[in-house]
Amino acid sequence: MEEKNSFVREVAEKKYEYGFTTDVQTDIIEKGLSEDVVRLISRKKEEPEWLLDFRLKAYRYWLTLEQPTWGHLKMPPIDYQAISYFAAPASPKSSKAGEIDPELMKTFDKLGIPLEERMALAGTAVDAVMDSVSVKTTFREKLREKGIIFCSISEAVREHPDLVREYLGSVVPYRDNFFAALNSAVFSDGSFVYIPKGVRCPMELSTYFRINARGTGQFERTLIVCDDDAYVSYLEGCTAPMRDENQLHAAIVEIVVKERAEVKYSTVQNWYPGDSEGKGGVLNLVTKRGHLRGANSRLSWTQVETGSAITWKYPSCILSGDGSQAEFYSVAVTNNYQQADTGTKMIHLGKNTRSTIISKGISAGRSQNAYRGLVRVAPTADGARNYSSCDSLLLGSRCGAHTFPYMDVQNETAVVEHEATTSKISEDQLFYCNQRGISTEEAVSLIVNGYAKEVINKLPMEFAVEAQKLLGVSLEGSVG
Amino acid sequence: MEATKQHIDFYGEVRDVLASRSCSEMNACREAALRTFSEQGFPSPKVERYRYAKVEADFSPNYGIALAPLGGKLPPYCFRLAEADPRVRVLYNNVADATDSIVALSTMLSVDTLVVHVPRGVKVEHPIQISNILKGEQDTMVCRRILVVMDELSEADIIITDRAASQSRFLTNQVVEVVMGNGSHLSLYDIEETHLLCTRYNSVFVRQGRDSSLHHTSLTLFNGHTRNRLDVLLQGEGSEVTLGGCVIADKMQHVDNNTLIDHAVPGCQSSELYKYVLDDSAVGAFAGRVLVREGAQKTSSNETNANLLATRSARMYTQPMLEIYADDVRCSHGSTVGQMDESALFYMRQRGIDEREARLLLKAAFITEVIETIPLESLRDRLHVLVDKRLRGELSKCEGCKLCG
Repeated sequence: MEEKNSFVREVAEKKYEYGFTTDVQTDIIEKGLSEDVVRLISRKKEEPEWLLDFRLKAYRYWLTLEQPTWGHLKMPPIDYQAISYFAAPASPKSSKAGEIDPELMKTFDKLGIPLEERMALAGTAVDAVMDSVSVKTTFREKLREKGIIFCSISEAVREHPDLVREYLGSVVPYRDNFFAALNSAVFSDGSFVYIPKGVRCPMELSTYFRINARGTGQFERTLIVCDDDAYVSYLEGCTAPMRDENQLHAAIVEIVVKERAEVKYSTVQNWYPGDSEGKGGVLNLVTKRGHLRGANSRLSWTQVETGSAITWKYPSCILSGDGSQAEFYSVAVTNNYQQADTGTKMIHLGKNTRSTIISKGISAGRSQNAYRGLVRVAPTADGARNYSSCDSLLLGSRCGAHTFPYMDVQNETAVVEHEATTSKISEDQLFYCNQRGISTEEAVSLIVNGYAKEVINKLPMEFAVEAQKLLGVSLEGSVG
Repeated sequence: MEATKQHIDFYGEVRDVLASRSCSEMNACREAALRTFSEQGFPSPKVERYRYAKVEADFSPNYGIALAPLGGKLPPYCFRLAEADPRVRVLYNNVADATDSIVALSTMLSVDTLVVHVPRGVKVEHPIQISNILKGEQDTMVCRRILVVMDELSEADIIITDRAASQSRFLTNQVVEVVMGNGSHLSLYDIEETHLLCTRYNSVFVRQGRDSSLHHTSLTLFNGHTRNRLDVLLQGEGSEVTLGGCVIADKMQHVDNNTLIDHAVPGCQSSELYKYVLDDSAVGAFAGRVLVREGAQKTSSNETNANLLATRSARMYTQPMLEIYADDVRCSHGSTVGQMDESALFYMRQRGIDEREARLLLKAAFITEVIETIPLESLRDRLHVLVDKRLRGELSKCEGCKLCG
């Protein structure tokens, strides 16, 4: 008993590791949202007229909407006028091309993001986004040789306006939902990836997001276009300082997958989850969607969600190409007062399309963890096939685990299967481990990792290690 | 909104007639129900529990209303509300979800309530059958109330059948309230065999006491638009509930089953199996929610929904939901939408069974799984016959009823 208590104390003292703030000068615009603010953002980013129009249309549409309330979430009210919609580290790029502010460098060092030499070893190209601006994109030259474009979206707007104009908003239109409209009006930065025909991207592409400034929201926008026969694996990571206020993160990710192309999108989400009393934390309200336009294209979403006070997102796939395949692998961990309502949507339009959904929810403390997913088979989707499996694990008697799958089938040749189970860690398994000298805490970690393995195995190696560690940290102190 | 106003006006017209024909318990609930209904109106598809129903459209046609109280001699254990035990009478409208506008509408417009009251320790030997027959030349709306009270340690089988004996349009709004005392056992069967012009809203609310067990089977053999809501509250430890349901629909039929099993206390068990066979342009919807409340440890629950689509124009929505706030539980659900097993068809055709027959056999076998869970043997046998006839298309009107001739 004593041992357990000492462990709990140790854990209670353990803080969110990434909760520091960086003392860089930040250029923040006034709080509040209006047409002038939208114009100001656009002006600051020196955007062309068409993009400003897009933003204004989105903003005007957003004004007609109300924030949705259907999620299984207790959402604190968001005052959209109390948020600053643009924050940039002041003059992030110094006079010497390619060099960045040493303070920023330190930030990303602390986070373990290999921006300089180490990236060469890690073999990953990184785009780092701090607050509203992309501060550094690495490896660009090497990628350019192959014709791959990997840069911040602001740069892409300047340098590849035709591409951006063609695809921006084509997967997630600004009318999609409340938060998508908001993002379309005020999006600040994000990554743009274009893989030309037949090119296999030689390294993992990665974006790292960090909210640093106080009273700001993060509204990044990622656009990935993978042309015929191309391949790319993309990673996304995020952290934020500890603040006792809720910070809003409303991003959009759009992915276009053409014929026989393949995109793997992996996320390790570790925004600040709030303290153990449920105070503060990031509100993660994100719209992510991929459009499998070409025949035999493939897209897989893998996500490990351990952070955020509230996570409300459904990375989705529209399978319009015949024979296209989509996968969704997710581990969502909630502890303390965290809430998650996450899952996916698989919209089958093309013939012989296939989708797989594997979702693992782990709830501890007083958290609420819900899976919500939609599988729709249109009358055109002959031979469509879906398999969904959603498991929930409960650690503690005061948390909740929920499953809300929706299936809508309109084709008699389709086969759609869904199964879900909810249980707690079996006493037998714990006893077995205890008998063999493994402490209860370790045994739980062992069992949880085994439980999540199916998903973690889908992550690229470097991320898998991080994810595994995160799982352990997120759940510490939740047993006993 | 127009349909809502239409019904409020309608209530204004018949209010006095209702008051004069009805008992005080029912009259006492009407004004509160009117307020609920006026505030909410008919639920839109944005209301989660009415996502797949077209309530406004279903209630829009202008129906006449049947306002005759129950007549004649009632069988044993059955009473009119006014004549029932005072202890039972107070339960009227106390079990149903009074905040639901469909229930509120029924409370506003119902003229009488059929009470089935089984006293303590009584085991009713023969099944009690409540036969609802819709007959009339005019388009008619019917609001029916049934209150079943099972005292401690009592046992009964109740069969509720819905039939239509004439080809007019009918709209039924039925609310069934069931209170089960400690240790009671009830099998409740709900069989619908109406026709394409019939719309049925059936809301069943059950409260179960300690160690009680309920077996509920809902069969939709022939219908127009049907919406069945079934809410079971397990509020006594050790109670058990088994829900079964099967739907055979074709043409333009629409069947929406919406269930909630609420595990409020520890140590209860629930299981649920619903199966649909959809042909032509039929639309099926199933939403089953299992709620395990905080503290309801040692809960065991499983839920299965399997569906067979025979054509491209048929559509199935399925939504099995688990909402769990306790950790020492074992809950699962599964849901499938699929087609007939081609290899099984091939096997039968190889053995000289023609394709149509082979498909029929597979459909019948698919439905049989639900029927086999019925404890009442005679009903089980009868249902096998009915299902077979239905699948062969021979059951276009109600079967075996003398009224149709």
